[in-house]
Amino acid sequence: MIEFKLPSLGADMDEGKLLEWKVRPGDTVKKGQVVAIVDTSKAAVDVEIWCEGTVFELLTEPDETIPVGTVMATLLEAGESAETAKRAPRAAPAPKAAATPSHPGPLPRHGGEGIVSGRRRVSPAARKHAEELGVDIETVAGSGPEGAVTLADVEQAAAAAKVSPTRTAAVTDKVADKAAEMRRAIAAAMGRSKREIPHYYLSEPVPMRRATEWLAQANEGRPITARLLMAVLQLKAVALALRKFPEMNGYFRDGAFQPATAAHIGVAISLRQGGLIAPAIHDVGEKSLEQLMLDLADLVKRARAGSLRSSEMSDPTITVTNLGEQGVAAVYGVIYPPQVALVGFGRIGEQPWVENNALGVMPVATASLAADHRVSDGHRGALFLAALRDQLQEPEKL
Amino acid sequence: MDENELRTVVIATLKTIAPEVEEGDLRADRPLRNQVDLDSMDWLNILIGLHQKLQVDIPEADYARLVTLGDVLDYLRKKLK
Repeated sequence: MIEFKLPSLGADMDEGKLLEWKVRPGDTVKKGQVVAIVDTSKAAVDVEIWCEGTVFELLTEPDETIPVGTVMATLLEAGESAETAKRAPRAAPAPKAAATPSHPGPLPRHGGEGIVSGRRRVSPAARKHAEELGVDIETVAGSGPEGAVTLADVEQAAAAAKVSPTRTAAVTDKVADKAAEMRRAIAAAMGRSKREIPHYYLSEPVPMRRATEWLAQANEGRPITARLLMAVLQLKAVALALRKFPEMNGYFRDGAFQPATAAHIGVAISLRQGGLIAPAIHDVGEKSLEQLMLDLADLVKRARAGSLRSSEMSDPTITVTNLGEQGVAAVYGVIYPPQVALVGFGRIGEQPWVENNALGVMPVATASLAADHRVSDGHRGALFLAALRDQLQEPEKL
Repeated sequence: MDENELRTVVIATLKTIAPEVEEGDLRADRPLRNQVDLDSMDWLNILIGLHQKLQVDIPEADYARLVTLGDVLDYLRKKLK
């Protein structure tokens, strides 16, 4: 008998609300399959399972809020029957293959998408508007692509229902509650980070002429739908630099550093309704820039639509933030526990620059590193940033 | 497509990415990205949206000319002729 427990979907999560089961007793499940949708303070997350088996019992009801680690369902292993399972003691320790987020098993590829295709697509704007208008989004018929619920659908439903103002006021409070809940979750994780992690900070101006010229040329021949953003060059450069600096990539848990074997880079994504989320792009070092661009576009879209997968939430091995997009010169980040480093990129701006004894103008971006002194020292951090700078001088090799 | 239709398409595309935008608050002569919180992914998605709705090609080299809402409308109008 396998116990499926609610995994922790990030350092800032200690409970979650089951929104929906995607499986029923008797269904067989595969590794990486989405079995439930769980609401955290940040997003509705598609929770994947990391073992194979047959669903036996669902123990958590939709709308129930449960702590992380709660057994949500039991599954039968191959060869196990309901009869033999019933005789097994319920309290038996869960096999290691159960849904623990730290499980180092194969990472899900995007093959899981077929499973979530049955899920209703609701644009964030529609969801927000529905809450404001007091419309139950689940009852709204979608007219958008793939049955997606659009703003217009919500307005139509609201007009049909003639929602009373009292209800609207209550719902406005609910939206405010959700924002407050997210702020509390961020505060808890960042408070823990600042209490527990002895941060050190370094920064390095990175000349970006080669990268910007290479990118402009690469994009010239591409249709707009296939163009790359500088962000993917930066992500790939971080992943390649990490290969020589494993002490920046992994987790600090139970008093010890556990280096990660692959670079699953958490990408800080700001949400339009406020707050942020940093889900992972998996195996960044192994992917082409084209693939990374597809992954990044998909991740941003799903993060904003509130449709992320549990592995993306729970297994980033380092985070990259690109606040330069908002125009700041540099960012000194707060490490997201249990990770041990965060890389920031500032805006790309032209600066006076001395090269070959001549003063010229150079597009420059400041790369920064916040890293955990329990795991690495400034000396190694400095070498890491130098390696990152060098990677960005050879964009053709990214 | 007349001026109003074009403007409607542009605003609708903008709203798919930034639903909080109120058309009345937008100044056509001010940089769009100063008025609306758009990162480069948002901007690319808006241009992809315009490309798909209007069937116009927008080379990356032209991005620098598309600063204000007015610039975007002028650019698209010329492209659509």
